Amino acid sequence: MKHLMKSGVAALALAIGANAAAAEGELVLYHWFEYIPQELLDKFTEETGITVTMDTYDSNESMLASLKAGGIGTYDVSVPGDYMVAIMAGEGMLDTIADGELKNKGNIAPEWADPNFDPGRQSSIPYQWGSTSFAVSRDAYEGDIQTTDILFNPPAELQGRINMLDSQGEVMAMAALHMGIPQCSTDREQLKALNAMLQEAKQHWASFNSDTAKEVLVSGDAAVGQIYDGFAAKAREEGANVEYAYPTQGYIAWMDNVVLLKDAPNRDNALKFMDFLLEPENIAAVTNFAQYNAGVSGVGDFLDPALAEQPEKNPHANAGPGVFIEVCDEETQAVYDQIWTNLKK
Amino acid sequence: MAAGAASGGSATTDTYKEARTWLLLPAWVTLAILVLAPVIMMLIYSFLTKEFRGGVIWEFSLAAYDQFFFDRGLFGDEPPKIEWTYITIFWRSIWQAGAATLLSLVIGFPTAYFIATRSENMRPVWVFLITIPYWVNLLIRTVSMKFLLRDQGPLNDFLMSIGLIDSPLHIVNTNFAVQLGLFYSYLPFMVLPIYAAVERYNFALSEAAADLYASKWTTLRRVLLPAIKPGVFAGCILVFVPSMGSFLAPDLLGGAKNFMIGSLIEEQFKGNAGNWPFGAAASMILLTMVLIILMFSARQQAKADKAGAE
Repeated sequence: MKHLMKSGVAALALAIGANAAAAEGELVLYHWFEYIPQELLDKFTEETGITVTMDTYDSNESMLASLKAGGIGTYDVSVPGDYMVAIMAGEGMLDTIADGELKNKGNIAPEWADPNFDPGRQSSIPYQWGSTSFAVSRDAYEGDIQTTDILFNPPAELQGRINMLDSQGEVMAMAALHMGIPQCSTDREQLKALNAMLQEAKQHWASFNSDTAKEVLVSGDAAVGQIYDGFAAKAREEGANVEYAYPTQGYIAWMDNVVLLKDAPNRDNALKFMDFLLEPENIAAVTNFAQYNAGVSGVGDFLDPALAEQPEKNPHANAGPGVFIEVCDEETQAVYDQIWTNLKK
Repeated sequence: MAAGAASGGSATTDTYKEARTWLLLPAWVTLAILVLAPVIMMLIYSFLTKEFRGGVIWEFSLAAYDQFFFDRGLFGDEPPKIEWTYITIFWRSIWQAGAATLLSLVIGFPTAYFIATRSENMRPVWVFLITIPYWVNLLIRTVSMKFLLRDQGPLNDFLMSIGLIDSPLHIVNTNFAVQLGLFYSYLPFMVLPIYAAVERYNFALSEAAADLYASKWTTLRRVLLPAIKPGVFAGCILVFVPSMGSFLAPDLLGGAKNFMIGSLIEEQFKGNAGNWPFGAAASMILLTMVLIILMFSARQQAKADKAGAE
């Protein structure tokens, strides 16, 4: 019995030792679905010898929830959107990158080097940026699509054929643009009007879905889809006759960022990965795959030339402003949560 | 409980009497860790204060249950009225799950009967065939179902080609699609218990009933059904309970336009609201409801057994 115990302890120690050895060459990535080409991860492993493990999520909020429920200390880096970087920093979930720890930090494009969601880029680097608005099937509708009325007050041809993103932030921000009110309004009349407007608009919507936002346009199940610009471009390439709108009332701008998580088990490897993604050639590979935009200088030479010409990337002269999603305070957010529940009850 | 079982078995020799407590220990530990602990955690969380953007603050609060039962207006400062929002969501889920169960029973019962009345060496083949689709992940099956039912999908194409309909039926994004999805997801849970019951049924009883001039309908109703009732009960519960909490079919086939219990709870943890105590409270209310339904049906069952024994 004693002998058995001894060898058991030895085996355990061996297992722990082996684990530690493997940990030296590991990176645990928590990333959006369908957002990084496998070849690029392979290239990283080839260059550094670090093996990459990746889990995926489908919304900023679900990423936050699983990190809160114990994911901190498991993952090294994740890829939150702009407003979520601010939220995570406020929650103390991000680690600070000291000066000089990232040798490629200078590659960040000047306009993205000091964003208001992470002043001075203390914990994050740019990943991709783009816009969210909506795409309309030109087989179903020939009129003017450069207005948020398409989503919230649709013409008869499009009624009952609209897919919205199943995401409170994106639906509410678009609705605020439509009504010309602040995203975090505290004005009771505005909030009541917003609630009523959404109730009315919902009658014309077919579904809420984010994961298949592109597929429903390609299959023709939806004639209008609230969607990200790169997804709209992919839908068009896959044969959907859709046009991406830049409404005159404005559209949502966003930037996803690679952040260094607090208590990252492989902090050094995380920094290596961030440096890797700041190389123009590497981040350009992401852009060519996802069809958004990189926030790194000098990517031009590595980009697929067709990308620059894409209609989804070039707002027309009358396009409204691109606005980031704002973070509301707790009391205001409670009202918006209530409006969202009312919408889906 | 263990002692009660031991004394109950005193009439027969109990080989493991001495070691019973120890032998049962793994089962008790497993139950405690996997069943009791999560439920108690959920119960505690439902009485805590919510932390903004997910998480809990360790202060006692009834806010989650208050939110469930009382409507204080959009801004939370009106005098409380009864909150119908969540009751409506629960009612919708019960109704959808009930419809799916009924559909499963109507299709599942004849299927199970058919299988149980095949020759002995063919039965495993049929059971095998029933289970094959369920080797595929539920998500994939649900998405495939959506592709079948689409406006331009094979089902509509077929119905239009044989001239039964002129324009496509809109099935996707309706309640009916959700019921179909739930039905398809859980059908084997109906077929298998009923099959097991019918297989054990002694068909000589049906013959005897026929000899006594019972019609086929009467034989079914008064002889076969009472004999296989436990199987039917088990099937109904196995379909109804998971259907109530399901969120894949409602989200994918129903268009996620209306919350079901499952998606409402999911939203509290994974969505923007991030209200963990409310999610826990809604789960507790769901659990209580399911428990009441199960206890009620168990009592009915016991009553019926007693009546049968007398």
